[in-house]
Amino acid sequence: MKREIPLFVCVVSALAMIIAYYSPKLDWMDDMLQKWFLIIAVFAFILGAISIILVNGNRISKQVPGWGYNVVLLIGLFVTLGLGIFGGIDPKTPFFYIFTYIFTPLSATMFSLLAFFIASAAFRAFKAKTWEATLLLIAAFIVMLGRVPLGELMWSWLPVLKHYSLNNLVENWIMGCFNTAGQRAILLGASVGLISISLKILLGIERPYMGGE
Amino acid sequence: MLEKLANLDRRIIFLFVGLAVLIPIIFPLGLPNAVSQPVQNIYDFVETIPEGSLVFISFDYGPSTKIECEPMALAVTKQLFRRNIKVVGWALWPEGASMARNVFDVTGKEYNKKYGVDYINLGYKAGGSITIKEIGEDIRSTFPQDVDNISIDKYSVMDGVKNYKNFKLGVSVSAGVPGLREYIVVANSIFGVPIAGGCTAVSAPEMYPYLNSKQMVGLMGGLKGAAEYETLMNYVGDASKGMDAQSIAHLLIVLFVIMSNIIFFMQKKK
Repeated sequence: MKREIPLFVCVVSALAMIIAYYSPKLDWMDDMLQKWFLIIAVFAFILGAISIILVNGNRISKQVPGWGYNVVLLIGLFVTLGLGIFGGIDPKTPFFYIFTYIFTPLSATMFSLLAFFIASAAFRAFKAKTWEATLLLIAAFIVMLGRVPLGELMWSWLPVLKHYSLNNLVENWIMGCFNTAGQRAILLGASVGLISISLKILLGIERPYMGGE
Repeated sequence: MLEKLANLDRRIIFLFVGLAVLIPIIFPLGLPNAVSQPVQNIYDFVETIPEGSLVFISFDYGPSTKIECEPMALAVTKQLFRRNIKVVGWALWPEGASMARNVFDVTGKEYNKKYGVDYINLGYKAGGSITIKEIGEDIRSTFPQDVDNISIDKYSVMDGVKNYKNFKLGVSVSAGVPGLREYIVVANSIFGVPIAGGCTAVSAPEMYPYLNSKQMVGLMGGLKGAAEYETLMNYVGDASKGMDAQSIAHLLIVLFVIMSNIIFFMQKKK
């Protein structure tokens, strides 16, 4: 029964959604199921919080190397959660100050670090080892410089090329032509894969919701 | 010597990148931004929307991408307010509601707009694509209250608003999923509302198939897109200032790559 009931719920829900989508008379069911989904989606946050507590709690109890960071994470979770629940999230509340003056700059800092790592990785890995890599390198140079004002300025100094717009070269040719063709291929391939995986889940062949079985 | 250069300490690279970003911020170069067609298209479309119409903005980004996304949201909202177009904001990302608050606080004050009359922040709703579809069916059941938990019936800006049919344009400023792509697939393809968008520079290439197929009005890609919109709006904002730093940083990375390739070929010859 542990296997059959979740499988039954999954198949019935999926079939109901498909039938409701194609049948105008079953609009009410489509609407009802979507509302159920929105309610269930909120519970994902509770599930996420429980998962964080369990994973980090486990690491603290086993005192694995770096367990102090897990303590900081759990303190951050409980303090923010408590302040949000009991003090509200409006401006001038402690939660708002944590969000604005701690969470926001920390998130921005983490994202900004990418620039440093990209520069270091490009220096070490971006080599013209093959013909294809060389083409990629040239395209990357044009796009990187073409997407910044300095590149446009430098382009205007070039003797013959200055008569052609760098913006057009990047927008219409590299991004609009080569990039779009590649993106479409990825998109179509991924969509076919998604349909196939959905069918497998619908038929009970793949059961990731039962713990990766 | 070559070996030493090939294995250059990454802290030296970090130092150069830090200086390349910092110096242009302290001493701006004021480089002009040429406006690309996808950005121009959004601006032109907004100019055709009649005064008093409704436009929605979905704030689908968080603090980590605020630097890149907020200038786009600010520039578009400024144009909408300048043209006396009413704005309804909401978010598909939990942090998006606070991002919307920042944008409305700045632009509302600048253009003397009143909350609940000229604009409203409906806050965050979980569910991604399903939420976008639900708004198309009935916005009042999806967002019965605004971000401060006050019924939307109390605000005149929401009078008679039922679904996407009431909006002349939808703008998603997005840093990932759910975001711009979901609005194109659901709000545009199913409900027919014109969608314009802004996204981070890394996700901009993924949007070009939709741009080419005319499923979206236009696109602002990264800080550059935001800087172009600021140019169209005739002001120098954070994006325009940031483009100087980005220019030097891009040039530095290109120089680093050229240098590493010269070392690579010299080593190969040896």
